[in-house]
Amino acid sequence: MTGKTGTGRRPDGAAFIIAGLLAVFGAILLWDAARIPETGGYAGIGPAAMPRLVGLVLIVLAGLTALGGFRGRLADVPRQNPVALLWIGGGLAAQIALLHVVGFSVATGLLFAATAAAFGKRNLALTLPVGIVLAFFIYGIFDRLLQLNLPGGVLETLIWGG
Amino acid sequence: MSTFEFLLQGLGTAMQPMILMYALIGVTLGTAVGVLPGIGPALTVALLLPATYGLDPAGSLIMFAGIYYGGMYGGSTTSILLNTPGESASIVTALEGNRMARAGRGGPALATAAIGSFVAGLLATLALAFLAPQIVKLALVFGPREYFALMLLAFVTVSAAFGESTLKGITSLFIGLGLAVVGIDGLTGQARMSFGVPQLLDGVEVTTLAVAMFALGEALFVSAQGGGGDDRVQDIRGSVRMTKADWKRSWPAWLRGSAIGFPIGAMPAGGADIASFLSYGTEKRMSKYPEEFGHGAIEGVAGPEAANNAAAAGTLVPLLTLGLPTTATAAIMLAGFQQFGLQPGPLLFATAPELVWGLIASLLIANVMLLVLNLPLIRFWVLLLRIPRPWLYAGILMFATLGTIGVNPSSVELTMLALFGFLGYGMRLFGYPIAPVVVGMILGPMAEAQLRRALAIAQGDWTTLVSTPLSAILIGIAALALIVPMILRLRGRGAVLAQIAGDED
Repeated sequence: MTGKTGTGRRPDGAAFIIAGLLAVFGAILLWDAARIPETGGYAGIGPAAMPRLVGLVLIVLAGLTALGGFRGRLADVPRQNPVALLWIGGGLAAQIALLHVVGFSVATGLLFAATAAAFGKRNLALTLPVGIVLAFFIYGIFDRLLQLNLPGGVLETLIWGG
Repeated sequence: MSTFEFLLQGLGTAMQPMILMYALIGVTLGTAVGVLPGIGPALTVALLLPATYGLDPAGSLIMFAGIYYGGMYGGSTTSILLNTPGESASIVTALEGNRMARAGRGGPALATAAIGSFVAGLLATLALAFLAPQIVKLALVFGPREYFALMLLAFVTVSAAFGESTLKGITSLFIGLGLAVVGIDGLTGQARMSFGVPQLLDGVEVTTLAVAMFALGEALFVSAQGGGGDDRVQDIRGSVRMTKADWKRSWPAWLRGSAIGFPIGAMPAGGADIASFLSYGTEKRMSKYPEEFGHGAIEGVAGPEAANNAAAAGTLVPLLTLGLPTTATAAIMLAGFQQFGLQPGPLLFATAPELVWGLIASLLIANVMLLVLNLPLIRFWVLLLRIPRPWLYAGILMFATLGTIGVNPSSVELTMLALFGFLGYGMRLFGYPIAPVVVGMILGPMAEAQLRRALAIAQGDWTTLVSTPLSAILIGIAALALIVPMILRLRGRGAVLAQIAGDED
């Protein structure tokens, strides 16, 4: 869907994908609104009105986007580097999965190292320790000094106490 | 009590040592984060919101206001020394300021930006102090329909009136409105779009959305462009002092910039970027040296920078007096108020005058602090510009997730953060604006509630929305702001139809 360097007014594939996503979002809103009992009260409109309106408009916008896709390109999209996206996406996934297992510092250190890798610094033996130490200090400042409740793991409990 | 007495009382609050320290921490953090390339004021405020969670409301809000002003100052440094401005409002500054820096006049460019920001911030904050009580009086006669009309106007100006495409702006807005539906309906308690997931009943946190869209989206976007590290930081050669001629050319530009910026910020008429573009155009037309524009004219830095800061103070007028955020930054600031259960608006001036006036007075003090922080210490801030990108973005992502984890360390919330990050990336990639999503997300439920209240009062009669002159005029302006730019774009397209093949919509 990206990276093509099309010129002129050819139909734009990306526009159809965007239109599809907008239509799906609109349809979910409409579907959910259909299950809400209509209790308009004095106002005549109830909690279902807003999702219904937004859903309908999104479907109209999807139609307009698709029409625009027939006429030409939606935007000039330069070639993207999917490896970088995978690194950051993977780092976020690792942090979400491991946060409550190994604690804030290690999980966030992983995200730090993965992000640095996405920007070209692949030396994990350097970035991972730096990330963990940095996250550990942030844990100390925010959890202990600024009363934020961050999930701790073995490392945090060992050094900062339970 | 008169405005003046309130302001003096506020200064009394703001001069307390602890409060002064919060303001100092705020402006320092705000400048430090605002200087970082790729980070605008909206993201600065969103990233630093968690730092204020543990404080009391007064201290937290004052620190927050300092962060806001500091972020605006920091952004101008970035755009002068680096040609990739962190905030859209600074693009114009980059136009002339970066040229000046390349010509070895980076020092005076930074000085005129900092002093201009100070002058504009001072004038605009005073204007805010004297205008706010008048608007509060006016707001007391506002009913739900007037509020709804105002919000409608804010929706249109933030999404459709400016920018490259009406369709894309409106699409962004409605994505935000759709996300706002998630959670429990405020009027009836009906669960919507929650699909039986308990964490979704709370709705989408504005800060999660803003951090994801601005920080993650930006990081993903920059990384996917393959680094692109060709932008060079300009050195400050020589003195930061301005010459006599610089002063003479800067003064009128600062004043004009303030006069343009404040009203634009104060009306729901778009944010600081429009103000600085208008100011740039004005300076170009009025300058005695029009040939210098494009090659580093000092008025082209002084005017837009002043307009930019005056507009930033201006946006606080609708935010504080009506509870109406008109920019993404203001939307996040509103979330900052709401974390303490405070709802900005006319009522806040009556129930917590010491808080509101302390906040306004702190802005004046923060402005002075920023001048001191930015002129002598400028070389220190410039060091931050030289952080290599891998470390910089790794640190940004660390803080971005910290905010969400600190508020709610659930995997559902973090997954939402990651998904919105990729949404932000995709929208950036295809040229969809981000700010309307954030504003739609926070204003959507407010507008819905006001509409339903207005209709309930009128027993379901829709004509009530235009039954007072004020609401009718506001809705009329909103309609014009939607239709006129569409016609203009259609006309413009007619003239440049030949060029359209390669151009985007």
